[in-house]
Amino acid sequence: MTSGVDRSRVPRPGPVPAVRFPVVRAVRLTNGLAVRTVEHPGPPVVTFLLTMPAGSASDPAGQSGLAALTADLLDEGSEERTALELHAALDLIGARLGIAVGSDATRVSLTTLLRSAAEGLALLAEIVARPRFDEADVARVRELRRSRLRQLRAVPGAVADRVFLETLYPSHPYGHLGIGTDDSLVGLTAAHVRQFHRDAYQLGSATLIAVGALTHDRFIDAAERAFGEVPVRAASDAVVVDPAGLPAPGPPSAKLVLVDRPGAVQSELRVGHVAAVRRTPDYHAIQVLNMVLGGQFVSRLNLSLREEKGYTYGVRTAFDCRRAPGPFAMQGSVQSSATVEAVQEVLAQMEAIGGDRPVTPTELDLARAALTHGFPRGFETASQVARGIGRLVLHRLPEDYYDRFVTQVEAVDRAAVTTAATAHLHADRAVVVIVGPADQIAPGLGVLNLGDPARVEP
Amino acid sequence: MLDYTKHTLENGLDVIVHEDHRCPIVAVNLWYHVGSKNEQPGRTGLAHLFEHLMFEGSAHHDSGYFAPLQQAGAALNGSTSCDRTNYWEVVPTSALDLALWLESDRMGYLLPALTLAKFENQREVVLNERRQQYENRPYGMAPMVLMAALFPPGHPYHGTTIGEPVDLQAATLEEVHAFFRTYYHPGNVSLTVAGDVESGEALARVRRYFEEIPAGPPIPPVVVGAEHGRRNAADPDGVRVVLEDRVELPRLYLAWRTPRLFADGDAGMDVVAELLTGGKTSRLYRTLVHERRIATDVSAAQGSRELAGWFCITATAAPGHEVDELERVIGNELAALADAGPDAGEIERCLIQIEAQFVYGLQTVGGFSGRSDQLNAYNVYTGDPGFMAQDRARYREVTADRVRDLAGTQLTGGGRVALSIVPRGGAGRALAGSTAAGVS
Repeated sequence: MTSGVDRSRVPRPGPVPAVRFPVVRAVRLTNGLAVRTVEHPGPPVVTFLLTMPAGSASDPAGQSGLAALTADLLDEGSEERTALELHAALDLIGARLGIAVGSDATRVSLTTLLRSAAEGLALLAEIVARPRFDEADVARVRELRRSRLRQLRAVPGAVADRVFLETLYPSHPYGHLGIGTDDSLVGLTAAHVRQFHRDAYQLGSATLIAVGALTHDRFIDAAERAFGEVPVRAASDAVVVDPAGLPAPGPPSAKLVLVDRPGAVQSELRVGHVAAVRRTPDYHAIQVLNMVLGGQFVSRLNLSLREEKGYTYGVRTAFDCRRAPGPFAMQGSVQSSATVEAVQEVLAQMEAIGGDRPVTPTELDLARAALTHGFPRGFETASQVARGIGRLVLHRLPEDYYDRFVTQVEAVDRAAVTTAATAHLHADRAVVVIVGPADQIAPGLGVLNLGDPARVEP
Repeated sequence: MLDYTKHTLENGLDVIVHEDHRCPIVAVNLWYHVGSKNEQPGRTGLAHLFEHLMFEGSAHHDSGYFAPLQQAGAALNGSTSCDRTNYWEVVPTSALDLALWLESDRMGYLLPALTLAKFENQREVVLNERRQQYENRPYGMAPMVLMAALFPPGHPYHGTTIGEPVDLQAATLEEVHAFFRTYYHPGNVSLTVAGDVESGEALARVRRYFEEIPAGPPIPPVVVGAEHGRRNAADPDGVRVVLEDRVELPRLYLAWRTPRLFADGDAGMDVVAELLTGGKTSRLYRTLVHERRIATDVSAAQGSRELAGWFCITATAAPGHEVDELERVIGNELAALADAGPDAGEIERCLIQIEAQFVYGLQTVGGFSGRSDQLNAYNVYTGDPGFMAQDRARYREVTADRVRDLAGTQLTGGGRVALSIVPRGGAGRALAGSTAAGVS
């Protein structure tokens, strides 16, 4: 059999055509609610996303978990319907409801079939604007969240996340998980929830995003019918915290933290520090830097710790850029016997990429190409497009942001990556959190030169 | 419904093409019809180990597969089940040749590049995957206990895909090579190209890269012996096992052997699962979590596999409650369903959910559960990539009477496996009469 295949080298892909982000139309309803629509061809599916700039950073002092508890109660009944009646209505249109509380924002999304778009949007309005918040429902959901919190104590990744944030942000609203603490949850009542909803869930600062196989005019008609009667007022400045306006986070409360998990076969690791805001002008250079260091399979850290040493199923790094400086973190879990060696390798690589091992031309090329060539597939579905617009809204990024993304990544050169590493990556300031078997790990920690570990309960 | 063309090459490779020109991307998806069911006792974990080794390089590209594909902007991954292994890339349209070149090179020319060093490295990675996903995760060993209890030793589903560490340590490079020669050849593969390509052009390119790969030997049959039927079917109490784990709250798993994938009753059991635990109005969520508040969560699923199925209900006890209470209330709910059956509204709700799931599943061309994955699944399991129409029709035929019958015949009587996972030192909190599970 003849073969036309040249196996002497892998084919070089042709150029990737420029992809334009779908056209976004921004309007206001007659009551003033900001709406953005995208006509997105495809299967008969629509996604609605309501984003409000109030997240767990807006939890009042001593009431951590209130924003997330409030969000969790949105679908537990409305003024018109009990929880079970509300869910029966959602079920009848095959809707998928999503409620996500981040540090800076709360997002409520509803995906449904095209034919049920109007009903779906009406239910979203009912859920967000007219929740019931019965005493009994609040108590029931609060107890479920306390049970969840208790279960998380046995999940090494959740313990590491919590301790890492507590250590990095000892006196900053980013210093707790959205779920809060048991001490705070136990005191939360329906009155707190109702008050938080009144203060934070005002539509004056919210945006409704509608994406799917429907025309702009029909989206707007449905939105007018669903949300037209909802009063649009500003949220309370006294309650809703924009973290961008806060003083910079102070120093961490410890350099090295050890959480004992007796007998564990792996150590769960977090290594990092407070880093950058989302609106930082060198955001694209940070993304390229991260790709090379730990943001993809072929990153330096994953190739070293997984593919060379076999210590782990995989590690990754991320700059979690937020309204206020968010955390940079390496995360992964490694076999317990390799804990100290893995931490040393992470710190060394963090140091080297801005120092004696700057990014190489090959690494730069691969990282940029991975980001730019992979860009189109990030906006295949209606919900991907809706979430992308939600990020623009939250971070007040320009409307042509996505259309300029590829050009901006391509403009990042080696010098820009080194500058970003110098500015945003600080091995000497890194906090190390280890959740693992203390009796095995503690004796070897001295070589890290980070002093005695602080010991924290899971 | 999905439009497609299907051709079988002379070497046995099934090639399916599905066009969708909305986004300038193309999905390449391969199903190798080999999973843990094809492994021999004492050598478990090989199918999954291959899912790792296949990314480590082949004869003409003897280095990692991630670098050239990520450079092209690809998303890529693979997965292993008891029945099959899949590999996929989603690439910009202009990188289709790259993806096909690499997939054909590892199908046709893997072994010259499969060295002892790579094998040993990926074995360590897999052992760490096992630690992370099973051993160090709360309730993480449940799948192993359940499969071992539902399917007796020697049954192809007795073990989980990750394999036993002792087997992985004992495997030799020659055995690994032999496993590849047996199962990784064109006649055991279904390849789908989906996305921004024209059908004839896509087929021509697949031919170009794959036709040169020779056909392989016949696939050894997987034998399920008569002795591998339901375990202890005659024992009304079934099997009770307990596992002490690093958990805060006790959890109960109730599992039964049920009809296999696409067999009579399989779709009906999906409806039973949806009816019991799909959403907050479902029978078990409402009773256990919403009203009585004796559980923090409850879920149920029909595990539809090629050779057999199983149905599992999972519920976690709320603080202050115990698994025997969960067992009693779940038992009452199952008896009520078997006795009176569902009402029409419940069936309607379930069918709407399942139908919506089919539509949502059409949103992506690639990746796990995308359209390319679905076409391959239907082709591998039924020989017909267009089986989705019949698949959907199966659910519309499920009636209230049928659900009542299935609840009565499948979820009562003998053969039940009840697993209690309890906090360490709390073996006494398991269902009465439970014996310790033998897993590590």
